[in-house]
Amino acid sequence: MSRVVPVPGTSAFFAAAANADAAWFRCLDQNRRAAQNGNMNKSGNMTGAGGKRVRVIHPWPLRVTHWLNAVAIVMMIGSGWQIYDASPLFGFTFPPLITIGGWLGAAIAWHLAFMWLLVINGIAYFAWGAGSGHFKKFWPLSPRQILRELGLALTFRLKHETGMYNAVQRFLYVGVLFAGVVIVISGLGIWKPVQLWFFTDLCGGYFIARYVHFFAMTAIVGFVAIHVLLVLLVPKTLPPMLTGGRIET
Amino acid sequence: MKIDGSRRKFLHRAMAFGAVAALPGCNYEDPQNPDLADRFLHAMSDWNDRVQQALFSESTLAPTFSPDQITNPPRFNAFYDISQAPVVDEASYRLELGGQIQDKQGWSLGALNALPQEQQITRLICVEGWRVIGQWGGVRLSDFLRRIGADTSCKYVSFKCADGYYSSIDMESALHPQTILATSFLGQPLTPAFGAPLRLRIPTKLGFKNPKNLIYLGVGNVYTGGYWEDQGYNWFSGS
Repeated sequence: MSRVVPVPGTSAFFAAAANADAAWFRCLDQNRRAAQNGNMNKSGNMTGAGGKRVRVIHPWPLRVTHWLNAVAIVMMIGSGWQIYDASPLFGFTFPPLITIGGWLGAAIAWHLAFMWLLVINGIAYFAWGAGSGHFKKFWPLSPRQILRELGLALTFRLKHETGMYNAVQRFLYVGVLFAGVVIVISGLGIWKPVQLWFFTDLCGGYFIARYVHFFAMTAIVGFVAIHVLLVLLVPKTLPPMLTGGRIET
Repeated sequence: MKIDGSRRKFLHRAMAFGAVAALPGCNYEDPQNPDLADRFLHAMSDWNDRVQQALFSESTLAPTFSPDQITNPPRFNAFYDISQAPVVDEASYRLELGGQIQDKQGWSLGALNALPQEQQITRLICVEGWRVIGQWGGVRLSDFLRRIGADTSCKYVSFKCADGYYSSIDMESALHPQTILATSFLGQPLTPAFGAPLRLRIPTKLGFKNPKNLIYLGVGNVYTGGYWEDQGYNWFSGS
């Protein structure tokens, strides 16, 4: 089955968006009914109405860190663009309309305030992921499978299997987590090139660290763009990130 | 610092059309009347001051460079154009001293030059993100503070400049071995644009914490802020 991607701004786009909204609420409704009909057993799994075992798609630590991270990312990127504009690395600046802070001093203040949310929330996520076995969902990472499923995804033939990460998702999630680690290390290297010199040196010195920081930001922005686009295309993936969702196993 | 007042006001107005400008006062617009966002940013900036103070180590040195890495021509930077750099009469110049200091007699340039001198080739990083490498020479600030009988248990060393600029630093950073009162730049006596007759050179802090054209040095426990710090830049601003 082929699927036409609506062009933003056209009537087809708004019709698709309306459909997406309807699917959203159907999903919410299904989740609510599943929760009402189900009974929680001792292990935290639920038994569905049909007697099948039900588990949460996104456990609460994942949902909490996901949305806190979303706030931190928006604040860090918006203020980071304003900081970039004070001394651009390339032949362009970010328009004031999409930056946060209004001027360099305020942008730095926002950036160095929300870096704590980004880092502490990130550490909490990695600790939970390591302890809960969540990171097993990112395995295996085979380049051939990634390419094959990427081909399917780009032609809209890759089926979304609820509760499972396909190879493209695994690649993107591992990639953005790596970019997250790189952006924090390069950021600390730029912030404190004397006291935290090892981070600066790891990035090839202060001058290069600014480029590393910029390209890590670009990777994250690229991820966010794909991530949000995919949620628009497969809107049923959004409610479980709010409610946790339920899936029969 | 290149951002002049009118440009910043322009940016403020430009922000008024941005969606994010809807967040009340997210831009330190009026430091005298802080709103909720300003108070949040101040609290976080104070926290970052404490973190940086904890990270600071007297034995961690800023990197030094070889003469061929020096940025040439040097880069002028202030909150005004280079033509407006203040010219201080060096013959009658006296560095005024104040606060918790035993001997508050002013210092002439000749007397400062008669003290033991040292040179450094270090990197100056601007809060805007760019960096330059330069060679500065002068008197180690820790030597000078001891010589004038400054109470080094005080929290702050404050500076005032001939152009109305002012700033202040923590005592630990003031006593760092690479913190100097510079009288020379690139092997020549300082010129007005680069801080004549005397400037603070502190490679463990950002560029704007290196005040030029010094006319006053004070030691005390009262926080005196700074020209940019009072507008919202982080006070410690350590590298």
